[in-house]
Amino acid sequence: MLEALGLRKSYGMRAAVADVALTVRSGEVLGLLGPNGAGKSTTIGILSGLTTADAGTVRVNGVTLAGDPDDFKRRIGLVPQDLALFEDLTALANIELFGALYDMPKARLRERAVHVLDIVGLADRARDKPSTFSGGMKRRLNIACALVHDPDVLLLDEPTAGVDPQSRNAIFDNLEALKGQGKALVYTTHYMEEAERLADRIVIIDHGHVVASGTLTELYAALPAAQTLQVDVEGDIEIGVLASIPGVKRAQKSGERVTLAIDDLTRDGCGVLQALAAAGCKVRHISSDRGNLEDVFLALTGRQLRD
Amino acid sequence: MNAFIALVRKDLVLYFSNRRALLMSIAAPILIAAFFGSLFGNSDSKPAHINVAVTDLDRSELSGRVVAALRGEATFDVTEVGEADALAQVKAGKLAAAITVPAGFGKLAGSAMFGGTKPELVVHYDPSQAMALQVVRGLMAQHVMQTVSQSLMSASSPLLSDLRDRTLQSTSLPDQRRLELTQMFDSIAKVQSTSMPASAAPKAAAFTLPYVTREEPASARPETKYNSYSHSFAGMGVQFVLLMGVDLGVGLLLMRRMGLWKRLRAAPLSRGKLLGSRIASCALIALVVFAIVYAAAMAAFGVRIDGSVPGFIAVLVAFALLTGSFGLLIAAIGRTPEATRGLAILATLLMVMLGGAWVPSFIFPEWLQKLSLFVPTRWAVDGLDAMTWRGLPFHDALLPVAVMLGFAAVFTSLAIWRFDWEE
Repeated sequence: MLEALGLRKSYGMRAAVADVALTVRSGEVLGLLGPNGAGKSTTIGILSGLTTADAGTVRVNGVTLAGDPDDFKRRIGLVPQDLALFEDLTALANIELFGALYDMPKARLRERAVHVLDIVGLADRARDKPSTFSGGMKRRLNIACALVHDPDVLLLDEPTAGVDPQSRNAIFDNLEALKGQGKALVYTTHYMEEAERLADRIVIIDHGHVVASGTLTELYAALPAAQTLQVDVEGDIEIGVLASIPGVKRAQKSGERVTLAIDDLTRDGCGVLQALAAAGCKVRHISSDRGNLEDVFLALTGRQLRD
Repeated sequence: MNAFIALVRKDLVLYFSNRRALLMSIAAPILIAAFFGSLFGNSDSKPAHINVAVTDLDRSELSGRVVAALRGEATFDVTEVGEADALAQVKAGKLAAAITVPAGFGKLAGSAMFGGTKPELVVHYDPSQAMALQVVRGLMAQHVMQTVSQSLMSASSPLLSDLRDRTLQSTSLPDQRRLELTQMFDSIAKVQSTSMPASAAPKAAAFTLPYVTREEPASARPETKYNSYSHSFAGMGVQFVLLMGVDLGVGLLLMRRMGLWKRLRAAPLSRGKLLGSRIASCALIALVVFAIVYAAAMAAFGVRIDGSVPGFIAVLVAFALLTGSFGLLIAAIGRTPEATRGLAILATLLMVMLGGAWVPSFIFPEWLQKLSLFVPTRWAVDGLDAMTWRGLPFHDALLPVAVMLGFAAVFTSLAIWRFDWEE
C-alpha cells in the first residue's frame, strides 16, 4: 500500500531524516515511535508531500509523489498534529471544504461528509461549530476531515495530543474501525502505550534514523531480558553483587530502588531475594513487569523515550 | 475549479461572518469619510464663523464705524471686550484673533492715506489658527479701507476739512503742491454735496475693490457640483479596503501558525489555485465593501458617479485586485502575525497618506506630489475622483487602472517569489 525508501531530509547541517524506510499494508497500523524531535513529523511531511525530501521515494499503490503528485495526494489523508479546523465554519462545512479540495462531486461530497461524521461519532453535531467542541471532539473532527475523500492511507501525526483518556479511547476505536475497513494507517506518537495498543508493526526512530522496526514480539525479543524486577530495599548492597547473580542480565540502583533485568521471574527472582537477605537488606516492596517499548528504546539508545 | 470556488467561498463566509471585521471595513470608512467630507466643506455650505474680539480704544466716530463694519461682516462673530480680556480669550483659544483700534485712530487714519503717520492696529491671534489670521487680515483691510475712504469723501466730513486746514497751514509743502491739494479737497466736497441726494448722504463714495470675481468650479460637466464627500469616501474607502487586505494577509499567516495552511497544501492543489483563490476572495470582499461604502455615500451624502460608470467599476476592480495582491505580499514576507500586522498597518497608512486619501494630493509640496506617483493608492484615489466628482470619461480611467494592475502584478510576483512553501 505505502512504501517509502531511503528518505533523507537535512536542514543545514542537521539531518532531520536519514535513510528512513518503511512499509505499511492495507488493514495495518504502523506505529512511528520516537521522542520529540526524532524526525517523526518530518517523515510524515515527506510521506504526505508537504516536505520535499533530499532523497528517497514514496509510493502509494504504485503511484509515486514525483510521478503524479495529484493522484498521490488523493490517496493520502493527513491528520496533522495541529487542529487544522476553521473554527467559524460548522463541522459539516469544515468536512465539505476539505472534501471539495479533492474536486469531489457535490452529491458524493455530502454523502461522504455525513458518513465520516458518523464514523467519528459527531453526526449529531454536524451543524455546530468546532469552537463549541471539546478537545477530543475537535481531534475526531480533524480525523474526519482527512477521511472525507476516502484515502487509501491515513497519516496521523500525534492525533491524541492533549486529549482526555475517554476521548483518546474513542479515537482509538475510530482508528481500529478504519483499520478494519482496510485503510493503511501510519500513526506517530511518543506515547509507547498508544503504539503498543494500536500498532501492528512499529518503527522506532531517533535523531532521524530508524533504530528498530518490527512487531511488538520482534522488538521485545531485542530486549536483554524478558522481565524487569523492581525491589525497594532498606539497607545497603553493592550493585555488583546483584549483577553477578545468575540470571540477572542488568542491574541498576537508584536511591532505595533496585531494578533488575531477568528472563525468568520464578527461577531468577529467588536468587535475588536470597542475595538481598544475605546482605542484611530488608525488602519493603517488590514488583515485576514484562519489558515494554520504553525498555526497548532504552536498550537501543541508552536514553529514555521521554527525555 | 471546485476546489478554487470552495476556497474562495470559505474566505467569503469567514469574512462576512466576522461582525467585527465587517464593522471595521464598512462602518469605519463611512463615519470617517463623513467627518472629513464635512470638514473640507462643500462649495455651497456656509463657512464656519471666525470668533474675533474688537477693542475700540479710540472711541471716535470713525473707529465706531470701523467696528460696526467688522460687526456686519458675515465671516466674523465679533464681540467687543476690553483689551486684556480679549488677549486672555485668544490665549485660551476661545477667539481666533483680537483687534485693538488704538487711541488717535480717527485722527490719523485719513491723513495716513496721503502719507501721514499711520495708526497701528494690533491683531493678537491664536497661533493654532494661523489660517484664520489671513482671513482676519484681509477682511480687516477691506473694511478699514472702505470706512476710512468713505468718511474721507463725505461732504460734511470733519476729516476732509481737517485735512484741508492742515494742508493750508503746512509750511513744508511747496506752494504749488499746497494749492493742488486744497483744490482737490474742495472738489471732493463739492462733488459730494451736489451729486448725492440727501437720503444717500450716509453712503458717500468710498474706495472699494476695483474688480469683482466670478467663481465657477471647473469640472468636466458644467452641471456637476463639487462634493467634498466624493473625495473623502474615495480616500477612506481605499484606506479601509487596504486595511482589510492586511487582515486577510495576516489571516494567512495565522492559518500557517494553526497548521491549516499545511492541511490545505496536503490536498492536490497547485500553488496557483491556493494563492489565486486568496487574491480572488480578497478582491471580491474589497468590491463588496466598496460597493456598500459607495452606496452609503450616494444615499446619505449625495456622492454621484458623474463620470464613466464602466470607468468607475474598472478602477474599483483594479484596486480590488491590487488589494488582494498586497495582502498576499504581506503574507509572503511576514514572519509572525503580530509583528507583520503592525508593520503592514504602518505601510498602509503611509501609502494612503501619500496617495492623497486623507487630504488631496494637490496640497502636497511639488516633490511629494511627484513622489506620490509611485504610490499605488494615489492612482486609486485619483481614478475614483476622476470618475465621480470630476465627471471624466472612460479613457481617463485607463491610466489609473493600468498602473494599479501593474502594481498588482509586481506584488503578486514578489509574493510568489518570497512565499515559503516548505515552512
